[in-house]
Amino acid sequence: MAAGGHSPLEQFEIKQLIPLNAGGIDISFTNSALWMVIAIAAATLLLTLGMRGRAMVPGRLQSVAEISYEFIANMIRDNAGSGGKPYFPFLFTLFFFILFCNLLGMIPYSFTPTSHIIVTFGMAFIVFIGVTIIGFAKNGLGFIRLFVPSGVPIPLLFILVPIEIISYFVRPISLSLRLFANMMAGHTMLKVFGGFVISLGFVAGWAPLAFLVALTGLEIGIAMLQAYVFTILSCLYLHDALHPGH
Amino acid sequence: MPQLAAETFASQLIWLAITFVVLYLIMSRVVIPRIGGILEDREARIRGDLDKAEELKADADEAMAEYESRLASARTSANEIIGEMKATMAAETEKRRQEIDAELSKRQAEAETKIAEQRDSALESLDEVATRATAALVERLSGSADQDRVAKAVASVGEGR
Repeated sequence: MAAGGHSPLEQFEIKQLIPLNAGGIDISFTNSALWMVIAIAAATLLLTLGMRGRAMVPGRLQSVAEISYEFIANMIRDNAGSGGKPYFPFLFTLFFFILFCNLLGMIPYSFTPTSHIIVTFGMAFIVFIGVTIIGFAKNGLGFIRLFVPSGVPIPLLFILVPIEIISYFVRPISLSLRLFANMMAGHTMLKVFGGFVISLGFVAGWAPLAFLVALTGLEIGIAMLQAYVFTILSCLYLHDALHPGH
Repeated sequence: MPQLAAETFASQLIWLAITFVVLYLIMSRVVIPRIGGILEDREARIRGDLDKAEELKADADEAMAEYESRLASARTSANEIIGEMKATMAAETEKRRQEIDAELSKRQAEAETKIAEQRDSALESLDEVATRATAALVERLSGSADQDRVAKAVASVGEGR
């Protein structure tokens, strides 16, 4: 597809930086891997530098760290209940991983690992498997109740139960597609409008440039929003696993 | 579309797993305990300060109550002293008054007896003067006067008084 040198999709190309091979499987260190490493380094730096002072009265960076901590903690408490507390570190990591991958992707010439379906699907699949295991571990076979809405007439159940089951198994797909599609569409659009600016030149290029600026702001908003959406949906799935009765 | 190039999937998944696990370990071992610790410390500190403030307020209330009670007891003892003083002063005044009364009545009685004595003596001398005057009158008129009869006559006049 990306035949031309300036295709809007060229930015999603995976490039090998350090070729690695393990048992015939290609595990090369690529630009995607590089930006994942940069993302976790940046997240770690922000959160540890901010907390370096451990001040009783927080400074700016410490406030950022504390607010994000409380933000995720409240999100879990409100959406998954108090039983969601043991999964706080995982969801905190998930949020910061996605947030930093998304935000760092906004830097020109960088790479957005979350714009690849396999990455988002990998995370969504882990959430899906984890939630399913937690559901069965906490409720045993009672977890099946999740598929049977309470207070519904018996004949309707024949329709509703298959729908519930399908919607449950579609979760990892919808979760991963949402993040992947948002990231990819946003970056493609930025590239397309960037191309307009160049091709329209100095005379008419200002209109798409102005739009590009606005779009960049929107994309930064989407980068944060999608990290939030991914995390809060994981919380809701966790809630289903902990309290399967509707 | 580069996203569908399946030959890159393995590497992406491997690096996703590595970076995610590393980030998870950093977050769960370092970052989260640190932030949680500071938040707990702060909460404990605030709670401690509030407790201390409560304690100090209780102390202040206690001191205030003690002050009030002391003030009240001081007031009552002052009232007692005033009452006592009033009573002693009243008693003293009464005693003094009685003394003065007694003195006065004694003096009055003395004065009365004196007056009575002087009157009596004045009356006695009056009889004598009257007798002598009468005798002198009788002698001038009659040439001679019987002293005894004159005295009797004067006495009889005096009795009619």
